[in-house]
Amino acid sequence: MTTTKHLLTSVETARFVANGYHRMDAIVPPGLNERAIPEFDAGQQPHVDYGTPVKDAFPEGSISRALLDIPAVAGALQSLVGPDPTVDHHHVHVREPHEGNAQPLHGDAIIDTRIDAFDVQLMYYPQEVTADMGGTLSVPGSHLRRTNESDTGRYQNLRGQTRLTCPPGTVVLLHHGIWHGGRRNDSDIRRYMYKIRFNPTVPQVRTWDVSDLDDPQVAEALSVFHPWSEHATARLEIYNRIKMWRALTNDPSFDIDYWATRVANRPGRV
Amino acid sequence: MKQHVLVLYLNTSGLDSQVLAWAEYDGTGKTNPTTGDGDDPPYETGVEALRDGWRLFQASQLIPPYPGHEYDTSFLKHEFWFEKLE
Repeated sequence: MTTTKHLLTSVETARFVANGYHRMDAIVPPGLNERAIPEFDAGQQPHVDYGTPVKDAFPEGSISRALLDIPAVAGALQSLVGPDPTVDHHHVHVREPHEGNAQPLHGDAIIDTRIDAFDVQLMYYPQEVTADMGGTLSVPGSHLRRTNESDTGRYQNLRGQTRLTCPPGTVVLLHHGIWHGGRRNDSDIRRYMYKIRFNPTVPQVRTWDVSDLDDPQVAEALSVFHPWSEHATARLEIYNRIKMWRALTNDPSFDIDYWATRVANRPGRV
Repeated sequence: MKQHVLVLYLNTSGLDSQVLAWAEYDGTGKTNPTTGDGDDPPYETGVEALRDGWRLFQASQLIPPYPGHEYDTSFLKHEFWFEKLE
């Protein structure tokens, strides 16, 4: 991780808090994309122990290190997980041509209810992903729902879901809790996605460029309603984002439309 | 006779509210629905499914939040199961 520049703005970070992802299209240069698939096919990704610092996990010259040294990727990752994260694990995911099945909608690992800390998962797509290639399904704003792994497998489709299509070299950074799954690949082409999970090693407080912290677009971003969420529950989603934003900014007075202040107001009570 | 099942997730506990999410399981084997296979819901509301011949056989209960967890969010709340026998 070579740079502290290219940090996300507060508005971009607020969008991550509301949506659970930050997407960067075609951010990886073609030369690296062209290296990636042969190396993925050859199984050249090194084993990494849980909790290994990035610089120890991925040697100079490796695809993983080169990916993480791209200034926009390094800046976005630092903005979300903080400086010097450790690598939890990494893996190349392949959807085979006409393999017939989609993954059930799931969250990775196990139910993880942290609101004042979170892991970030990087998904890298080295090739163009077209609609029939089984690009990752994800559900914007689902990351704060408390569900365990594939217990959401009953849900096949939700309004506002993202069925990823992208140009080569696209990187998406995701909150650990987001509902997602590899879709059925109905094409003749193997579809690749390389995932790295990062754990924070410092408090995730004001780790982005906070110069626009008072921009009204921050509250606007945090207030978004997702079309799959029940109207009543969507209000609770905003309440939970307020709690998360308070933790990330270390500002216990932050609020939107009085949602959190109103329900905590108990004059004269301890 | 084989069972064709449709699951609709609605905006409120009312069957006439908007469809937010859906799933379909086809025991006839004529179709093979799966995760992430479409962005458009089959019906706009639960009642619209009734009008198209789907028979409702289960609706999620209204369960109050557990004390201390009133602000937690989890699974989709308003789940309705329909069937057609074909």
